[in-house]
Amino acid sequence: MLGEGILKGLAETAKNFAGSFVSAERLTTVEYPEQRIPTAEAARVFPFLVYDGSDWEAGMRCVACQICEKECPPKCIYIEKSKDKKPDYVGKMQIYPMRFDIDISVCMSCQICVEVCPFEAIKMDTQFELSTMDRFGGLLYDRKQLSQSNEYYHKIHPTEAAEVDARLAEEKAKVEAKAKAAAAAAAAKPAQSAAAGPKSAEPAAGAKPSGAGE
Amino acid sequence: MLEKADQLFVLLKDWLVGFLPGGWHAPAGAILGVLAIAVVYPTLFAIAVLLERKGLGRMQNRIGPNRVGPFGVLQPIADAIKSLTKEDVVPLNADKTVHFLAPVILVVVAFMGFAVLPAGRNMVLVDMDASLLFYFAMGASTELSIFMAGWSSRNKYSLLGAMRAVAQMISYEVPLLLSSVVIVMMTGSLSLVKIVEAQNHYTWGVPHWYIFTPWGCAAFVMYAISATAETNRSPFDLPEGESELVAGYFTEYSGFKFALFFLGEYLGMLSISGLGTTLFLGGWSAPFAFLQWIPSWIWFFSKVMLSIVVLIWVRGTLPRLRQDQLMNFAWKFVLPMTLLNLVVAAIWRFMGEGLLRWVVCSAILLVVYVVAGRTEMRRKHFGPRSYRYAE
Repeated sequence: MLGEGILKGLAETAKNFAGSFVSAERLTTVEYPEQRIPTAEAARVFPFLVYDGSDWEAGMRCVACQICEKECPPKCIYIEKSKDKKPDYVGKMQIYPMRFDIDISVCMSCQICVEVCPFEAIKMDTQFELSTMDRFGGLLYDRKQLSQSNEYYHKIHPTEAAEVDARLAEEKAKVEAKAKAAAAAAAAKPAQSAAAGPKSAEPAAGAKPSGAGE
Repeated sequence: MLEKADQLFVLLKDWLVGFLPGGWHAPAGAILGVLAIAVVYPTLFAIAVLLERKGLGRMQNRIGPNRVGPFGVLQPIADAIKSLTKEDVVPLNADKTVHFLAPVILVVVAFMGFAVLPAGRNMVLVDMDASLLFYFAMGASTELSIFMAGWSSRNKYSLLGAMRAVAQMISYEVPLLLSSVVIVMMTGSLSLVKIVEAQNHYTWGVPHWYIFTPWGCAAFVMYAISATAETNRSPFDLPEGESELVAGYFTEYSGFKFALFFLGEYLGMLSISGLGTTLFLGGWSAPFAFLQWIPSWIWFFSKVMLSIVVLIWVRGTLPRLRQDQLMNFAWKFVLPMTLLNLVVAAIWRFMGEGLLRWVVCSAILLVVYVVAGRTEMRRKHFGPRSYRYAE
């Protein structure tokens, strides 16, 4: 009969109306500033720069290669290279960014800068309460504002950060092994020239595994 | 004592007017009555808005506004301050005079309707002989202001919204009037005061409200549907149609003028609920004989607010209709039903007292309702659309 569906619908809304007073789990919303829903692990808002250790300036992973600046679709990243160098996480001397600005009013949160960074230096933040009274300067973040520790990265994206750490540790081990091998080879060279024997290649070849094992 | 509580406002008015010399009594009384209407109904509007926001929230399993004051009860005041302090933007190409006049006329016309509604025993501002006619004349004028708003804004969405509104309101004006004509037929008077008085007597403690008769019940249902459409309430809120028309005819209004439109809309709801209460729900009469000691104005306003709650409930339940469904429903279902109801009321009148007229009238209405619902309102399957292009 005409109107039956309307009565059914009215009963449904009445049930919702009464139920929302009785059971709290019916309520789909939370009282936002006091109550918060934890952000999803895959959430992303704007990029930040990762640093290792406790000093943001010394531990900064970014080497100012400017790949992200070139790849950024809305061109919201501005980088100035440094004249001097500082050691990176493996101890190699690298240049670092004198200026690293991101205009978050331009950024579109596409994550391309994160994808292209070969140094795991730029990652996506989950912080979304970024309102400010100054819409120009307040939304232009410099490298100090952008820097966040590796521990913070672990806190907001645990799985991803663990993967990144494993990869960096592996790379570091590889580099150290290479350096040791090079050092061993360098050490073996004077010994080889001193011996001046006909079978000069064999001790050098034998030195390599023993050097790596130490 | 109870007699005095019932006549509280009438006595208050007489007491205040008594301070003036004799010749001034009538105009001062009228001014006081106008002031009372201008205070009471906007207050009810604020309560209705709060009820709507809280109630709709609860129906959607939300909490609703709860920040301003305890449980958000001061929210209407915050809303009012916000709309009063907002910038009033008038489009460059708009017809400035008409653009300004439209919301003013809407509110004035909405207030005019309250003049003839009896809000309690002896509590009516103007006791006209043809007050029902006056009410409908005023109600029809809202169409004018809505079209003025849509036309003067020079905005396609405003104009579309206004055209929809006018088409819809004129279509539903007809069944609205015809469903009220039944009451006039039975009472033999166009005076709303007389209509309430005709319902204000009791048999076995139950009042003779017109809704408790077959023709009155059918007329009430038709009246409620038409009134919902007449005030542009969901599910008939096509003129506003947020999803397709921005805000309909008041797209180009901001600040205080927007607030006036909002006020006019809710005053329209309140006044049409008041008229429905007067015509079908016995106006200010008590629902049971033993409750007659409660002042009459309390009954009137609680019935009005109950109607508002039902309107909010319906808004929380139903999705918006399509334009063709809206028109089909008005012309193919509601209008024939109201015409049939006129015939049924005539049958009722000439069959005399007895149980038989109850059976006959109810049977006619029910059978036609079911059959018309089956045939006229059948869901049509349109099939795939075909487009014809100019060749």
